[in-house]
Amino acid sequence: MVIQCAIIFGCLALGELVVWLTGIKLPSSIIGMLILALLLQVKAVKLRQVEGMANFLVKNFGFFFVPAAVSLMLYLDIICAQWLPILVASAVSTVVVIVVTGWIHQLARKFF
Amino acid sequence: MEYLSNTYFLLALTFAAYALSQLLQWRTQLSVLNPILISAIVIIAYLKLTNVSIESYNEGGRYIEFWLKPAIVALGVPLYKQLSTIRKQLLPLIISELAGCVAGIISVVLVARLLGATQEVVMSLAAKSVTTPIAMEVTKAVGGIPSLTAAVVICVGIFGGMTGFKVMKMTRIGSPIAQGLSLGTAAHAMGTSRAMDVSDKYGAFASLGLTINGIFTALLTPTVLSLLD
Repeated sequence: MVIQCAIIFGCLALGELVVWLTGIKLPSSIIGMLILALLLQVKAVKLRQVEGMANFLVKNFGFFFVPAAVSLMLYLDIICAQWLPILVASAVSTVVVIVVTGWIHQLARKFF
Repeated sequence: MEYLSNTYFLLALTFAAYALSQLLQWRTQLSVLNPILISAIVIIAYLKLTNVSIESYNEGGRYIEFWLKPAIVALGVPLYKQLSTIRKQLLPLIISELAGCVAGIISVVLVARLLGATQEVVMSLAAKSVTTPIAMEVTKAVGGIPSLTAAVVICVGIFGGMTGFKVMKMTRIGSPIAQGLSLGTAAHAMGTSRAMDVSDKYGAFASLGLTINGIFTALLTPTVLSLLD
């Protein structure tokens, strides 16, 4: 488990380094994710060296953002003040994403 | 009653609330009873009733939140596992994800502005389709309110899971790959779990959708937003 943590936090640290060096507007965690996938692909890291910890983290994803959702109580005023644009825009846009993604994918597969 | 704000007690309460909420959802199979939402409501109610401050709660809460970043890094494993599928269908996947991602950002920004949302709120909605940690990171980068994004992402997940298959039936999106992909793209992990209910194939492409849209949204949101200004 220590090795698994070392690899995952190592990738995260590399992501932080990339952000610090380049000033890129991308979360360090996402760069770390791409680095991990790359290291697995070039076999620098073996799947069994990260799989246990990675599964644990991915499976419990939801739990890790409970505190963020609790902090919501600080923003109840903003949500209530603008509930109409927030809820309507999110609902309309979610339908748009489903339809555009699905249609374009079905269309693109006919050509490629 | 100082004990009511004890850090370890509040951490234990969080674990217990989440475990019970998960059990509740398994028992009822209702996507509305999202464990994050239900346990947050329970904890908020506790804090209000006992007059414990959110700052006291976060003394323990930040140890939970700390694991969000390593969890995103861990998504590199499913990403790696799907690399061969991605390669085979690279062009259709990239084109449809690109279209879905950009259409999502533009539509949410335009509708929110039309209905009179403030700039800060508009920025908080831009990344609403992707999984919460990524959406919150993007919101931080573009100057929105991360907690508001977390709330909106949960609403989007519930809405997408409930309506997704009906919408796709009405709009004749019939191929399993397109259906799974669309659900994951529009409604992140909650859409993916809904797709997983149907079959593993749907679930696999939904997780592909949530992964690619997560990356695209992180990469493209600042640029698309600046073009919309």
